[in-house]
Amino acid sequence: MTGPALTSVALAPLAPAGLDSGDTAWLLAASALVLLMAPGLALFYGGMVRSKSVLNMMMMTFGALAVIVVVWVLVGYSIAFGDDLGWGLLGDPRQYAGLGGLMDPDANGGSSVPLILFAVFQGLFCVITGALVSGAIADRARFGAWLVFIGVWTMLVYAPIAHWIFDFDSEGHVGGWMANRLGVLDFAGGTAVEITSGASGLALAIVLGRRVGFGRDPMRPHNLTLVMLGAGLLWFGWFGFNAGSALGANQTAAVVFVTTLVAGAAGSLGWILLERLRDGHATSLGAASGLVAGLVAITPSCASLSPIGAILMGTVAGVVCALAVGLKYRFGYDDSLDVVGVHLIGGIVGTLGIGLIGTAAAPTGVDGLFYGGGVDQLGRQALGGGVVLVYAFVMSGIIGIVVDKLMGFRIDEEHEITGIDLVVHAETAYDLHATAGTRSAGTGFLGHAQREEN
Amino acid sequence: MKLVTAVIKPHKWEDTRAALETVGVTGMTVSEVSGYGRQKGHTEVYRGAEYDIALVPKIRIEIVVNDDDVTAVVDAVVQAAQTGKIGDGKVWVSPVEAVVRVRTGDRDDTAI
Repeated sequence: MTGPALTSVALAPLAPAGLDSGDTAWLLAASALVLLMAPGLALFYGGMVRSKSVLNMMMMTFGALAVIVVVWVLVGYSIAFGDDLGWGLLGDPRQYAGLGGLMDPDANGGSSVPLILFAVFQGLFCVITGALVSGAIADRARFGAWLVFIGVWTMLVYAPIAHWIFDFDSEGHVGGWMANRLGVLDFAGGTAVEITSGASGLALAIVLGRRVGFGRDPMRPHNLTLVMLGAGLLWFGWFGFNAGSALGANQTAAVVFVTTLVAGAAGSLGWILLERLRDGHATSLGAASGLVAGLVAITPSCASLSPIGAILMGTVAGVVCALAVGLKYRFGYDDSLDVVGVHLIGGIVGTLGIGLIGTAAAPTGVDGLFYGGGVDQLGRQALGGGVVLVYAFVMSGIIGIVVDKLMGFRIDEEHEITGIDLVVHAETAYDLHATAGTRSAGTGFLGHAQREEN
Repeated sequence: MKLVTAVIKPHKWEDTRAALETVGVTGMTVSEVSGYGRQKGHTEVYRGAEYDIALVPKIRIEIVVNDDDVTAVVDAVVQAAQTGKIGDGKVWVSPVEAVVRVRTGDRDDTAI
């Protein structure tokens, strides 16, 4: 004789006090959305390279995803969000190593979401940041060297910066210096994600050098339909990235959702308007790039602006980034897919923009210069962004040089001309000729033909 | 027997095929090719960077015809494919030594 009352008692939630099912559900969904940005980025980048290197381009994103997720669980999260070791520079790498301690529901502190969920949400931010870097070294990086680089980079570049920016003090916990002492506003990663990826990409582009034929050969995007689809998926995933950073299903998440929506739209408009006036045509690559530029700039500022402010932010980012992508030809660095022009410059626009058009009416509540708040916040933003830029550039450059000395970071010139897909992965993306060959009997391990190592 | 090869603008392909059918051509080999002549390609812009694309898409038509039909076939192609603008293409005629129909083994004039 089991009555309803007894049933409901038996099924009563085991969740400890403080955990909120709505917040947790949203953060679970948001984490999955951020993960979707990885294949979105693979399409966005993959379409932009030549057909002989599209697989390698996509593999750099999927490889970064695989390596970073593992490194993050092992030690990355601890470095970023462990108790501070001193001066707000670095978290304790042993504290949460392996995340095993976070399986205990009592480990959540006062948070309304499980800490282990927060840990993977943050880890997926690192995945996107790392994958973004690969756009600067398209067509020419050895795959193994890239995986080693990105694993070390997770521990020495991203995790410390995430500690500075994202690790807030709480009861019994001391976090990073920018978030708590300097007071930099960066809601979802204009510094930690965008400036970091752009500065790291610039360093690697310089370490690896220019592609054969840079500035001479027409290195046209081989499939702009992939680029458009990828940009669309990135936008979709970006709602998880930005609105998920509210860490709850609440008013802040809703405001951020709106600013993220309009900034992407305005960025697209800004970029194609500039193109139409300067070059005579509004291009699909411009529309996709402007969309991403607008999203980059709104990432730090999504909780600091009004919806109108977000439109202004997106438009400015679209125009400024459209102008900035030409810098690589002037200065001669081969940032192949414009990680610097879009993410570094867009990240700077967004980070500094908070100091200009931030409004106290928005969730993070600080008035910028144009709202009568003076230059105080602008100064904090500039110092924070500048330190992140220099640190990511120098440290990534050092790691890149060490990897290059130890194992060689760049493929042979001959292989680069043949095409990195075929040489490094023994595959080609598109089989447009059904008569290409027959199955090789092969004599190697498990019957596979032995191929030249690269 | 002669081989008539024509390289024309892709958008003139349907007109050209119709014109060839009216002069009695019953078969041809068509391929999508790229190349350039005095037209010297075109310009494309990606993220503000201008590229001179030397190779322009074209359609190549190959038809083997009897000597008597050569003039009519060449005229049909020229008339149908002409726009009067640069880049219209070329037609050339070359001698053919032998033709065999694979299905029957028929040779030369009967194989056309």
